[in-house]
Amino acid sequence: MTVETSSKLEILRRIREANHTSSGEEAARNGWRGVPRNYKRARVHPQEVMLDLLVDRLREYDATVIRSDHDRIAHHVALRLEERGKNGLVIPAGIPASWLSVGFEFVRDDGLTFKELDMLGGVLTGSTLAIAETGTIVLQNLPGQGRRAISLIPDYHLCLVCTEDVVETVPEAMRRLQNTATLATTFISGPSATADIEMTRIKGVHGPRTLDVILFA
Amino acid sequence: MSGTALDPKTAPAFPIAARAAMKDSQLQRNVHHATQVIQTKRARVVAEMADWQELREAGEHIRRHTMEHLDFYLQEFEVNCARAGGIVHWATDAEEARQIVVGLVKASGSDEVIKIKSMTTEEIALNQALESEDIHPFETDLAELIIQLGRDQPSHIVVPALHKNRKQIKEIFQREMHLADLGDRPEDLADAARSFLREKFLHVRTGVSGANFLIAETGGVCVVESEGNGRMCLTLPETLITIAGIDKILPRFEDLEVMLQLLPRSATGERMNPYNSVWTGVHAGDGPQTFHVVLLDNGRTGILADWESRQTLHCIRCAACQNACPVYRQTGGHAYGSVYAGPIGAILTPQLQEMHYAQSLPYASSLCGACYEVCPVKINIPEVLIHLRQKVVEQNAAQVSSSFDIEALGMKAMAVTFRNERRFRAAQRMGRAAAKLLPRKDGWITWLPGMLGGWTQMRDLEEMPQETFRDWWQKREKDDR
Ligand code: SF4
Repeated sequence: MTVETSSKLEILRRIREANHTSSGEEAARNGWRGVPRNYKRARVHPQEVMLDLLVDRLREYDATVIRSDHDRIAHHVALRLEERGKNGLVIPAGIPASWLSVGFEFVRDDGLTFKELDMLGGVLTGSTLAIAETGTIVLQNLPGQGRRAISLIPDYHLCLVCTEDVVETVPEAMRRLQNTATLATTFISGPSATADIEMTRIKGVHGPRTLDVILFA
Repeated sequence: MSGTALDPKTAPAFPIAARAAMKDSQLQRNVHHATQVIQTKRARVVAEMADWQELREAGEHIRRHTMEHLDFYLQEFEVNCARAGGIVHWATDAEEARQIVVGLVKASGSDEVIKIKSMTTEEIALNQALESEDIHPFETDLAELIIQLGRDQPSHIVVPALHKNRKQIKEIFQREMHLADLGDRPEDLADAARSFLREKFLHVRTGVSGANFLIAETGGVCVVESEGNGRMCLTLPETLITIAGIDKILPRFEDLEVMLQLLPRSATGERMNPYNSVWTGVHAGDGPQTFHVVLLDNGRTGILADWESRQTLHCIRCAACQNACPVYRQTGGHAYGSVYAGPIGAILTPQLQEMHYAQSLPYASSLCGACYEVCPVKINIPEVLIHLRQKVVEQNAAQVSSSFDIEALGMKAMAVTFRNERRFRAAQRMGRAAAKLLPRKDGWITWLPGMLGGWTQMRDLEEMPQETFRDWWQKREKDDR
């Protein structure tokens, strides 16, 4: 529902007066097509080089990255949990059972409270895609990734990325995301950080302070 | 809780404020250090992009195109945001925006709000308006928290507390958070902020944010940040209120592919900042179930109407021009008397004031061109500065005629020079040669012959450096490789 308030009409009137014309859909669409886009929009590296690039970029942000085969995921999840001293993790609905290692407690998010998420201290999610050039992982509210709060409140995030979902550049990522553009979407590039104190990048402010990534084929 | 807001209407003229700032050597060291670090990081991550100029080109065109069709895109945004469950409000000026937001916060039933860093809310002095209605705003960005607890004012659009060093921050936190044993390592300070705000995030029911981009095609909003405080404010409250200038529109989701490359590299010298959030209206079972957007004009349509300076509205607030500006790096941000400091502040602030206040700001520049070179959307700031100087002169000419006329002429000549890069370089070299004859002992030029005579009647001109910023920058980039 949109309302025609006097302020809205006044702002639109001022814009049209400034532009000496009023714009419409066709003019806008045509004008938009005229934007020059001569920047890089596709992959230039072979698959393996691109994957190495992603790993490098993530490590530069201070994330730990493990490469794994599909059938070794549960094994690596267990190793990560042991190393981080965790007994279990929160999981969203839709995580494949084959990822979950025996001997740990996985708590499914059926509307956990924020306080509970805070106490549980760790989360395991999948991902929609990853961008090699910038070391970015994209999460959306989809099965296996869940609502935004679960990858935010717990202090530890273990994120699984499938090599098929890795693209090299930001434009390729946006193209893949186009059809799900209206879902709640979060781009994550490393653990939470700040440069507000003397411009030194310090890891860990309000988001998860530790990010581990398992990149599986 | 907050100090007196920076207000261009009451701030002293730039030359006076700048002189005072330059006596504060601690401030100068802090600003110098921080801007140096960002510039080095930026140069490194920009140099690795072979298509940087093509990205800038696309960025410039997207922004220009958006302004030409702003009425269409704003309405498209409103329709799509509303379809997804958001409620869009329009505010012609700061007063109207404050009233809307205060009303919405009251309606949410909360007397506290958690806030993401937003220069737009600083522009409209929202915190003061909330406090006067007994609503407590908690700033959650580390730098904004430092500012709020220190009863200070922002001095930079990306790193608002850049003028404070770790010792000063430690003192503020010790005093305000009652942490006698707090250390001064950046890690200690970040930890203190984390514990201080954690409870607020989990309990405060209303959030207030700005926006980096509003996406017309989808009705979505994009916020770019580092710490995760933004994600907390966008995700955990029941009600979210976003305040955005009408200039924040992007036509399509796809256009983010340009902006999300230009902005982080220019702003913090990172390939990508830690977190970007994109949300569209209300998402069932995920995040705030009441969502408002306030679209703010507050002088922006006036800027749009001036064809020679409307490019000011293309700004994506990366602050690269501030970091590169030799004037800002000497004076810091507060001397500009506005939340928008540095070169972008020098052109944006007086225009937002409809040229009634802050008329000294277009002169707060040596016109060296460094801002233009680093601007990710290619805003020709020197050209706009000269245009605005002309406007100031014309305004004043009505009252005091003679001393300004000479300068008006000079400004016209400069405007011509700036439109042509080669002529600009030649003029810089000539200026340097001539300047050799004139400096006073302290390095300030108080008298200039000929065309620029009117200028030094008004203000001192700093001695020109032997090497222009432009020359030095190019040499430096070569050395880096
Ligand atoms: S004017 Fe350009 S360089 Fe300055 S803040 Fe705006 S976008 Fe960045």
